[in-house]
This record gives sequence, structure tokens and C-alpha cells, in this order.
Amino acid sequence: MEKRIILMRQMSKGQRGIIHSIKATGELGRRIRDMGLTPGTPIEIQGRAPLKDPVAIKVRDFRLTLRNNEADYIEVEVEENDS
Amino acid sequence: MNQELVVALAGNPNCGKSTLFNELTGGRQHVSNYPGITVERKEGFLNFNGFRLKVVDLPGTYSLTAYSLEELVARDFIVDEKPHVVVNIVDATSLERHLYLTVQLLELGVPVILALNMMDMLEQRGISIDVEKLSKRLGIPAVPMVARVGKGKEELLRTIVEMARTPRNPSNVFTISYGPDVDHFLHEMEQLIDEKKFLTDKYPSRWIALKYLEEDRQIIEKGDATDKEFSEYLKSMAGKLADHIAKTLETYPEAIIADYRYGFITALLKDGIIQRQSLPGRREFTDTLDRILTNRFLGPIIMILILYLVYTVTFTYSEFPVELVKRFFDFTARVVTRALPEGPLQSLIVDGIIGGVGNVFSFVPLIVLMFLCIAVLEDTGYLARVAYMLDRVFRIFGLHGNSVMAFIIGGGIAGGCAVPGVMATRTLRSSKERLATILTTPFMNCGAKLPVYAMIIATFFEAKRAQIMVILTLFSWLIALVVAWILRSTILKGPPTPFLLELPVYRLPTVKGLVIHTWERTWQYLKKAGTIIVAITVLLWALMSYPKPPEEMIQNVKSEDKSRVELEYSIAGRVGKSLTLLSHLCGFDWKVNVALFGGFAAKEVILSTLGTAYALGAEGEDKETATKSLSERLKNDPQWTPLLAWSFMIFVMIYAPCMATLAVIAKETGSVKWSLFALVFNTLVAFAISTAIYQLGRVLGFS
Repeated sequence: MEKRIILMRQMSKGQRGIIHSIKATGELGRRIRDMGLTPGTPIEIQGRAPLKDPVAIKVRDFRLTLRNNEADYIEVEVEENDS
Repeated sequence: MNQELVVALAGNPNCGKSTLFNELTGGRQHVSNYPGITVERKEGFLNFNGFRLKVVDLPGTYSLTAYSLEELVARDFIVDEKPHVVVNIVDATSLERHLYLTVQLLELGVPVILALNMMDMLEQRGISIDVEKLSKRLGIPAVPMVARVGKGKEELLRTIVEMARTPRNPSNVFTISYGPDVDHFLHEMEQLIDEKKFLTDKYPSRWIALKYLEEDRQIIEKGDATDKEFSEYLKSMAGKLADHIAKTLETYPEAIIADYRYGFITALLKDGIIQRQSLPGRREFTDTLDRILTNRFLGPIIMILILYLVYTVTFTYSEFPVELVKRFFDFTARVVTRALPEGPLQSLIVDGIIGGVGNVFSFVPLIVLMFLCIAVLEDTGYLARVAYMLDRVFRIFGLHGNSVMAFIIGGGIAGGCAVPGVMATRTLRSSKERLATILTTPFMNCGAKLPVYAMIIATFFEAKRAQIMVILTLFSWLIALVVAWILRSTILKGPPTPFLLELPVYRLPTVKGLVIHTWERTWQYLKKAGTIIVAITVLLWALMSYPKPPEEMIQNVKSEDKSRVELEYSIAGRVGKSLTLLSHLCGFDWKVNVALFGGFAAKEVILSTLGTAYALGAEGEDKETATKSLSERLKNDPQWTPLLAWSFMIFVMIYAPCMATLAVIAKETGSVKWSLFALVFNTLVAFAISTAIYQLGRVLGFS
């Protein structure tokens, strides 16, 4: 098992991880944090819309959707089984 | 006289705040807008234990920053109007996120009661909450509730009254730690602020310091206005901290503050307040439903079916009541016509006033059903999924996933109505996307444009009926999306508003909520848009009836020609004539112009006015034969070619929205400016495209 930091966009459906950092500033950064996406928070990818974007996640006991280009500001630490 | 207590309801969207508000106040509520902006202000009253409670439902917000109008409104209300109690309603099933707002309310130093809603959902989620401990740790009363069935309501009311009667210690403001770096600065700034009594008549000093660190626009502006020098000093301190944090932690104060708030909440809940039991193998209902409803293949199919259903319900079930309303007003008009002597007064009352009021009420069944459908989609949680699935498509044009609702209702499937369509944009919270949607919804083929198309198609393209309707439908979508894109890259330019959208848990809506919601909206339409519509109908009637031609002019004309001469002589007729200078470019003569002018009252008027201009539709003739004879006339008129027919249909599709729509646009955008814009801009676009069609067609040899 290896820990890696990737962008939220790169995560696959059902994958879990822990938010490592939020790179967004300004209004977007504020909205992301207000929704409880802060470093150290566990998240799980619920799925993606039929056109692959936006992404739906589960965080702090609720469901949230955000666009891929918004998810690009969020770095997530994931565990991977590297062979 | 009972003592009045002001109670503010604060909470996140989707936490059951409206349900609680309805439960507390029942039907006795009043909706208005905050001065100058489109954010709604809802108030209601109830009596309890000898007190009269005024309950104000603040806009649902996730936070209390100065970034959005809703948050500013909520914050200003709490600070400026000093409610006796703020009831903060939270969803007990996702307490962590909901307490984020609670912490901010507490930092404001206002009296807060925590209403823990949806307590009945905890068990099946395997969560248990130690309410007493939570209340103790936060230092505020906490009331467990199930708002949708009214459980906990009595206790909440008792707690409200109790709290309002207890004197408060203003120096005892709730604080949390933001880490050694920030705390140090906060403490220093707090002391300076206290010494200077800087804004402290309204806000707690630590809170002011926090806002300077967060670079809160509103507070800094107020600070600048109060004491520019001191405000600059605070800013420089905040700047110093920001530099320090940027260097050591590679982040900025606003982010640290949010992190610590959440950190505080997480630690608090973990400390024995929330217990979780894992329920292995048990999938939440919402997750199961989402697997189907947002499935890659099934999702879009189900969505199309649901949107189609909304459309059908709105327009099919409204047919009968609309017909009743029309008949009632026709009947009234006939009675009044008989009762009053022929003349200008009779015409004013029958054609102007009764016509106008009838016009207003004929939209009511549509609006009621539209809001009912949308309320169901919204309250069940499905509307957020529509936005989720369609966002990718609509974003290309600078719109929002939920814009689809306005387009469909506005006539996206041929035969809607722009009035409820424009009102359906209420579900959009981001202002630029919403404005672009409002301005492009009228391009859709509403039910009133259909008879015009039907007559033209019957006259010129009988054999290709279906194909032409499909072309017209696709063309209206094309125009709406392209114009939206143009608007969003010019006058409504700006980066997309952050999309971040909560996907609420699927729930059954309550009947009470649906009824109140629908009634409220309909009443607002009648009150606000209704009066404008009646006024403009009267104005249009006057423009099309006056001045009257002199006696000698009508004396010699045949009786069926009389109304044509009158129309030609009126202001509208003259305007129509003088406009032929331009309109001949798209092939229109004065008769078409005056018909289009009449269509401004309501698009179905185009046909009857055109009939009058062609000296048809004499009194007593029924509609069907009138349309038939108009069709005959156009067929035999050498000027009317299939090319002109296209130019005309496209013009009718695009040009100025009817005045009912304009009235609603003014109301929804909070400014007449946008109605005038739609009036002028849409007509120019229509003129440009029709001219292009007509001229290009002629060059290519079509006629």
C-alpha cells in the first residue's frame, strides 16, 4: 500500500481519500471550504454525471457535486495498491 | 397588547428551514423583497403563551461571509434588526457541515437556539447524538425536532420565549481558537478595537478583527467610513499576518480560519457527542436511487421523461381552467357591452380593462401548475440532479444546468409560456447565469406563437407541417443558446459562478409546503406583474384605437372596412406605416407591422390584428372561419410568398416578448432596465435575422 497525492479529477468512482490541500482562492476557495472541504477531511467519489463532468462526492455525511475544473483545485491523498 | 418577539430563522439550504417556518406560521405569512435586491424576505406571525412572535425566514446560507447577497442579507438582518432570538436549524444527519454556520452565528454574539431537525432519520443512519452534551459544550439550548411533522415545535417555542426573557451578558461571547499565530494577532487587534470602541456598538470586537483577517469587504468598507486611519492600521496588521502565514504555511488567513472552524467542530463531535454504528451491507436509500436516476444511460432517459411530464402536466391540466377563465371574462365582456352604450367608454372597459384583467388571470392556472411541478422536483431533491446531469451541456453557453427548466416551460417543446418560464429561473442562484436564462427564455415557441405558425403553415406549407414545426423548435433552441452565449461573453461577461451544489437527500415533499409555496408565488405574480399587465393592456388599446378617423372618412367605406380604416388611422397604424421604411427589408408591409405591434399585448393577438388590417373578422364571425379567410387572403396576396412566410414566422419567434413576459422580467430581475433591453434587443435580433432570410432568399431566387 502506497500513499499518493492526486487531483480529485483523477479519482475513480468509489475511491476514497483524504483532502490534502485546497489550492483555490477567492470566491471559489471560500465556497469550497464553506462546504466542509478542508484539509484532513475524508471524501468518497460517488460518481460522475453522464457526460463525465461534474463529479459527485460524499463528504461530512452529505453529497456534493462540483465541476471537474473546480475539483482540479483539490488535492487528495489516496491509498493505492501498487503491484 | 401582547409583547412582540422577533425570531430569525437561520440555516443552510435543504435543512428544513422552510418546513419549520411553515409549521410555525402556517398560512399567515408575508413575502416581500429586501429593498433594492431580489432576495426574498419572508415573515410570519404566531401567538404563543401571551407573546406575539414575528418569525423572519432568512435566506438559506452555508456561511456568513460578504461574498453573496443572501449571506449579507442574513448577516445584516441579525446585526441591524437585533432579533430577540436566532433559531439556527440544522440537519442532525449531517451535523458537521451545519454547525459551521452555527459557529459563525455564535461568534457574532447573538442569542442562538439550535434546532436539531430530522432527528427521526438518525436511527436508520446508525447515528446517535448526545443533545444535552452538545448544548452544554456550545453553551446554547438545543431542541431536537422533526419539523415536517411538527415534533419539537412546542419545546422550541417555550425555549424561544424563555431565552428572550433571560437577560444576556454581552461580554460573554463564544470564541474558538484559530491556532497560536492567528490568535496572537486576533487578541492584539481585539484590544485595540475595544479601546477605540471601533464599530463595537454593532459587532463583537473579536469578530471585527476576524473579518479584517478574512478581508471581508463589507466590514472593511464600514471601518473605512468610520475611522479611516485606524481601519488602515488594522488592515496593515492583517497584511502582516497574511505575509507570515503565506511564508510559513503557504496559505492565507481566510483559509486557516475556515480550517480551524471545521477542526473545532470535528473535535467537538468526536468528543462523545456523536456515536456511529456501522450498518454493514445497508445502502442508503438516496444512494440506491441515485444509482438509477443519475445512471449514465438511464439517467438522461428518465430526466427527459420527467421534464416531459412537467411540461404535460403544466400545459394539459391548465387547458380547462384557462378556458374557464377566458369564458368567464368573455361573458363579463358581453354583459358589460350590453349594459353600456356603444362608445369610447364601453370600448375602454371591455377591450382595455376587462381584456387586461382577463389576460392577467389567464396565466394563473399555468403559473400554479408550473410552480407546483417545480416545487415537487425541488423538494424531492431531483432538481439538483437535473442540474448535475445537464451542467456540462449548458455551461458551454454560459448557462446553468437548471436553465433547462425555464426553457422547457417557456416553450422548449413548442407550446409553453414565457411567463412561468421566466419565473422558473428562481431555482438558479447564480446571478449572471440566471439573467442570461431570463433573457433567452422568451425565444422559445410559446403556446401563443403556435396559432400564428399554424395559420402560416396551413397557408404555405400544408404538406410539410411536421417538418416545419421541428425546424421551428430546433431554431428557437439554437437562437436561445447562441444569444445566451453572446450575452455571457459581452454584457453578462464574467467567470462562471462556482457550481458547487449540494445533492440533497431524496425526500417526499409535504403537501402543506407545496401548497404554501405555490400560493405564495402565484399571489406575488398577481400583485406585482398583474398591475403592470393591466396598465399596458389599456395603453395598447388606446394606441390601437386612437385617434379616431374623422366622420367623413368612415362614411363612405363599407361596414367590414370600417375597423380597418380605424386601425390604419390610429397611432399604431401610423407607426406601422412609417416603419415600412425599415420593415420592407424583411418583406413586411404596414399590415404586418401593426399586427406585430398588437402581438406585443399577447402573441395570439397577431392573427386577429392581421385579420382586421385585411378587413376581415367582422363582428359575429367565429374564430375558425376568420382564420380560414385570413389564410385565403394571404394565399391570394401576391406579396405573400413562402419566403415572406419564413421571414414572418422567424420574426414572430424572436421579436420583443409580450408585455406580460416583460412585466415578469422586470419583477424577476428587480429592474425595468432588463425589460427594456429585451424589448429592444430581441426586436433588433429578429429584424436582423428576418432581413437576412428575406434578402438572402431573394438573391438565391426563392420567392
